[in-house]
Amino acid sequence: MDFGRISRRHLLQGSAALALGSTLGIRGAAAAETTIGFIYVGSRDDYGYNQAHAQGAAALKKLPGIKVVEEEKVPETDAVEKTIESMINLDGATLLFPTSFGYYNPHVLKMATKFPKLKFEHCGGLWSEKDPKNAGSYFGYIDEAQFISGIVAGHSTKSGKLGFVAAKPIPQVLRNINAFTLGARLANPKATTQVIFTGDWSMPVKEAEATNSLIDQGVDVLTCHVDGPKTMVENAARRGAMVCGYHVNQSPLAPKAYLTGAEWNWEALYPKFVKMITAGEAIPNFYRGGLKEEIVKVSPYGEAVSAEARKHADDVKAKFMAGDFTIFKGPVVDNKGKTVIAAGTDRGQQDPELEKMDYLVEGVIGATA
Amino acid sequence: MTAEVESVEAVGVAPAADPGFLQRYGASIEYVLIPCAALLGALAVFGGFVALYGKNPLDLYFYMYYGAFGTWFSWQNTLTRAAPLILTALCTALPAQLGMVIIGGEGALLIGALSATSAALALQGAAPIVVQIAMVIAGVIGGGLWITLSGGLRQYRGVNETISSLLLVYIALAILNHLVEGPLRDPASLNKPSTREIGAANMIGTIPGTDVHWGLVFGLVAAVAAYVLIYHTTFGFAARVAGGNVRAAKIVGLNVGRLILTVCFLAGACAGLAGMIEVAAVQGRTNANLAAGYGFTGILVAFLARQNPLAIIPVAILLGGISASGGLLQRRLGLPDASVLVLQGIIFVFVLASDALYGRIGLFKGKS
Repeated sequence: MDFGRISRRHLLQGSAALALGSTLGIRGAAAAETTIGFIYVGSRDDYGYNQAHAQGAAALKKLPGIKVVEEEKVPETDAVEKTIESMINLDGATLLFPTSFGYYNPHVLKMATKFPKLKFEHCGGLWSEKDPKNAGSYFGYIDEAQFISGIVAGHSTKSGKLGFVAAKPIPQVLRNINAFTLGARLANPKATTQVIFTGDWSMPVKEAEATNSLIDQGVDVLTCHVDGPKTMVENAARRGAMVCGYHVNQSPLAPKAYLTGAEWNWEALYPKFVKMITAGEAIPNFYRGGLKEEIVKVSPYGEAVSAEARKHADDVKAKFMAGDFTIFKGPVVDNKGKTVIAAGTDRGQQDPELEKMDYLVEGVIGATA
Repeated sequence: MTAEVESVEAVGVAPAADPGFLQRYGASIEYVLIPCAALLGALAVFGGFVALYGKNPLDLYFYMYYGAFGTWFSWQNTLTRAAPLILTALCTALPAQLGMVIIGGEGALLIGALSATSAALALQGAAPIVVQIAMVIAGVIGGGLWITLSGGLRQYRGVNETISSLLLVYIALAILNHLVEGPLRDPASLNKPSTREIGAANMIGTIPGTDVHWGLVFGLVAAVAAYVLIYHTTFGFAARVAGGNVRAAKIVGLNVGRLILTVCFLAGACAGLAGMIEVAAVQGRTNANLAAGYGFTGILVAFLARQNPLAIIPVAILLGGISASGGLLQRRLGLPDASVLVLQGIIFVFVLASDALYGRIGLFKGKS
């Protein structure tokens, strides 16, 4: 075998690549536009959490003078620090959106300290006064949209049994399960929600098993809180059950079975952020909101949703939009019979107590531990 | 090894006929040339694959070089990613000397991280150097015992160590999740169950003048030590004898059981140390983020390095570089993240296939 010839050819190719590439590199660096970096923990076409952010990034690409660079499947290790630095050093990014919860502490905080002149907007973190000022955290009260989904599910179920495929019993997830159940019981006081925890954010096999097991128990409307709802939606639709989506609109996956869903509205928020920065306004370091603030939204109703359900859901949605509806309004009893919110106590959207939720409300079948 | 012996014999038998440079150093040249050729072959195939997607392969090669080694930042990025891989690769390479295929480095890494974190949390308030040393010891022992379990199962119960070490990964992950979400949970870690932080003062920091953490130095030292152990000590010789032929080893009086357990402990200790470093240099606490797959990539590194501890170093740097440049490929060429996995797979296949070439290239053969 003649290795000499092969390696000579590769050398030639290599040096050509170098010459060509370096011109490309210089052109990239000299471009006079704002570069924004997006980092996703999973793949950006997961029909879920990451796709919701990627849709937001796509909305930014349409703005003039904005260049978006994206990287997917970046783990919550020092890999994300290196990705951030790489976007800054090699792409010239000045605004970064590391979108996964686990990126915040310590990775985003470390990078924000290291690059004090650049801006970091993190999804889901709890920014506090001791954190760097150039870092910020934003998130949405998506339980409002889950509540609307619950109303639609409560009207649509025939068996009165709803199913919830959930990742972990952490406050954010419990809040969604509880809001969904409270919504469903507003429409149908006898409805119950059976919840199954899979143990992690992306466990397609367990999600499929949970979906099947719920349907075997008579559940006819399902929803979920995992990173990629695709598995649940497709399996449930195949088995003839109806679904409420999560993160993004999954109706293309199951056009007949899709009732509605709780979606992020990053494609509205991200351009808003960029416009605020361009106008010289400061984005609050701790930024939150729900339906009214257009951070979350409800998917358009599917064909299976009755007129009665539509009207009920629209009425409640109008109250959310007007800012005078409270989901967690006392008395609230958990599924062990204990009163968790006393009568007369309203726990509104921004109540910090709700961030520590560790119970499942009456009507949920399942346990947090 | 055999090729080397052959050429040495050739020199000895026919000293009059000058064997020439190629024949004299043929085996050594092969060890460098064949993997490089395999790598180039893999890059060429990957270039073709990328061309199918309508991307220019020359751009691809440039960005891979630029993202991995093109700037000082890129180098640091590469070395940071290589650091844990050296240690987890040793977890596979050391038992391989005994003919064992251990693929459970990920489990030892998690247990090492958990042990190290527990040690640090138990010693809160002690001097940082004391805490750090305790973390190293705890990580090494935790990881070591974890792989020793596989070794013990193989030695005393005849359980296949490949299967047992793999299954133990899932047990380790379950233990970690249980402890992190239960007894060891920091009540303040609401939406991301984690242990308490070990404290900024107890972190081991970065190598001065760089962004690369000390894990790289631990890895280099461990790799060199493993090389010396295997090729320059009687213990290593005994291990290789037992790896070559267990019955012969027993006949000459080697305690094979003890060899298996000791080597498994050392292997697990390396992965456990990697876990300790992830805690002490990167995460500052233990949570599910530690299961980032370093243990599994380590298997790939060990096989690509043909289980040679010294070769692990460049191979880990190479894979670190591939993953460092992966981001740039996504950003500049719009390739999906999976393309990096495709490249890793192609390299793996090429290197394994090139194994067949050793000692068969006429040019490097001694005349006999």
